[in-house]
Amino acid sequence: MEYFVIIIGSIFVSNIVLAQFLGICPFVGVSGKLSTSVGMGGAVLFVLTLATLVTWIIQYYVLNPFGLGFMQTIVFILVIASLVQMVEIILKKVSPSLYSALGVFLPLITTNCAVLGVAILTIQKDFNLLEGVVYAVANAIGFTLALVLFAGIREHLDLMEVPKGMKGVPIALVVAGILALSFFGFTGLV
Amino acid sequence: MNQIKNFTKGFIKENPVFVLLLGLCPTLGVTTSAINGLGMGLATTFVLVMSNLVVSIVRDVIPDKVRIPSFILIIASFVTIVELVMQAYTPGLFDALGLFIPLIVVNCVVLGRAEAFASKNNIGSSIIDGLGMGLGFSFALTLLGAVRELLGAGAIFGFNLIEGELMLAFILAPGAFIALGYLIALINKLTSTQN
Repeated sequence: MEYFVIIIGSIFVSNIVLAQFLGICPFVGVSGKLSTSVGMGGAVLFVLTLATLVTWIIQYYVLNPFGLGFMQTIVFILVIASLVQMVEIILKKVSPSLYSALGVFLPLITTNCAVLGVAILTIQKDFNLLEGVVYAVANAIGFTLALVLFAGIREHLDLMEVPKGMKGVPIALVVAGILALSFFGFTGLV
Repeated sequence: MNQIKNFTKGFIKENPVFVLLLGLCPTLGVTTSAINGLGMGLATTFVLVMSNLVVSIVRDVIPDKVRIPSFILIIASFVTIVELVMQAYTPGLFDALGLFIPLIVVNCVVLGRAEAFASKNNIGSSIIDGLGMGLGFSFALTLLGAVRELLGAGAIFGFNLIEGELMLAFILAPGAFIALGYLIALINKLTSTQN
């Protein structure tokens, strides 16, 4: 039951992009096409889950016992950066097809605040390891859902007549606002 | 003259939020009021200036291949300093900004300036660049915060201006997107008539 609440809560009620404002850069930058946003979602799912797992272990087995809690930001960002690099190298060797599908998106993920954000939130919410991983996966799904929905709308938007000043990013942001408004309907679900 | 241009470019012409569209997460996340926007802007400005300064000092020492991780490490150190200082002296603001303070590390504006400007220029102009960009970022956040606070709560910087029915949605998540969308459209309009 607890896990169910975490999953529904992070995908719909407090969606990572539309309610918590994490990962806006890829949301605005990559979501022009449906296929690329699915690729980005896959890469985020992969890295986010792995990063949350590793940072959780580091927080509870290295930082806390030695009283180094204030080093959290530095350590986490270093772990995420090296993790992304490592995933890139391993994928290239083990699964070239997956690498060519996700490859372009991987370097972008280091500076995706969704990854660092979820890693820190997992610690702040006092989740245990399994809850943390479930939380990470659910957030990655929520990220992908928002990205795919938004990409679908933007593909239609390209064909619409938009006032000159509103073309491109401004209209996309207004649409994102309306999308966020509709996600507001999920409030109170859990 | 050149330095003045270097300083003022961050405000409108190359404004990190309205024109370059960098650092949108904190822009949308913390601007529920003008004071939050200003606080976040100034915290980011400090990190920007300091990281630009240090990057510019060590730019000839760092090998090209490990340049990005080194920059991130420098930025993360200053973010930790800001975090600890704010927690001690402005606990209210620290709680209001919450997660977005550690997330200054992954703000593309900071890394972007380190990579695009400070790693190629001398110390003086790097500091001015950081200061200009940071203040431009603060300006954008304060403006967005003020608009949202006015429409959603009828106040600016906590001073009540409007009474009665208000558009609560502007304080909540959807309003952030919509307000920023219209602000960018307005800036597009203004800058296109200027040329």
